[in-house]
Amino acid sequence: MVVSVHVAPPDFDRVFAALGDHTRRDIVRRAISGKEGVLELASHYPMSFAAVQKHVAVLEHAGLITKQRVGRRRVVRTNPEALLVARRLLDQYERLWRARIDRMNELIAETAGAIDTVETKESKR
Amino acid sequence: MTVTAVRKDPQRLTLTVEAEFDASVERIWQLWADPRKLERWWGPPTYPATFTKHDLTPGSRIEYHMTGPAGDQPHGYWDVLEVEPPRRIVLRGGCANEDGTPNTDMPISTIRVDIQEVAQGRTRMSIESVFPSIEAMEQVLAMGTEEGQSQAVSQIDAILAEETVQR
Repeated sequence: MVVSVHVAPPDFDRVFAALGDHTRRDIVRRAISGKEGVLELASHYPMSFAAVQKHVAVLEHAGLITKQRVGRRRVVRTNPEALLVARRLLDQYERLWRARIDRMNELIAETAGAIDTVETKESKR
Repeated sequence: MTVTAVRKDPQRLTLTVEAEFDASVERIWQLWADPRKLERWWGPPTYPATFTKHDLTPGSRIEYHMTGPAGDQPHGYWDVLEVEPPRRIVLRGGCANEDGTPNTDMPISTIRVDIQEVAQGRTRMSIESVFPSIEAMEQVLAMGTEEGQSQAVSQIDAILAEETVQR
């Protein structure tokens, strides 16, 4: 049974490429509250407004943030769904390691006697 | 319950699991250093692992495969980057071809293992896994879960469908 594991739609590659930059990750964090526009966001970074605008465009293209109208302003807001996918996969990976650690424990209990002998030998060196 | 802490960073695609064992540092080290022991815990009973090449020396390559219930054998490898017996291992690897050579089309992930004594006969192990992409995570999950490869195929689609239904 050979099954391809190339299953991530291209959008997800874009999501993680977009998150590969620390300024963009910071924008995603700040935009969770959805209170600031591009101009306010730009004030947090030691770079030009145009540079921040470019980062925002990359994030928007990846679906990580959206621009929303609040009254007369346009605020930048994080789209949590994209981050959720990563979190769900991390949850699965956590289960995998918990199962491994359970097996390690069983193995330690089972081989306690044998390894103690080795340790005694080594401590005599 | 020996897992003492779990940290997940979805933005950096990093998982850190910390566990404490009633065993000496040396015994925990042997779980990684002895391939016959490694085989006992790396894969689940339905997907046991076989390490065909195992030498914990910086610069060497560990080669293994897993055997699924349908006879499928996904291969994997780890390049050994750092080793400080009996405390620290850094490995980087991914999927391999059947002859053991790395499958260069597939993404590479990194595992950092730190082992330290917290009290006499009590040892803490921290395992940090860093993935370069969501694809890499899926690949690792596909190789290491009891469900095997087939069920990982439409994982993303399933998750998305579920999220949509919940709305």
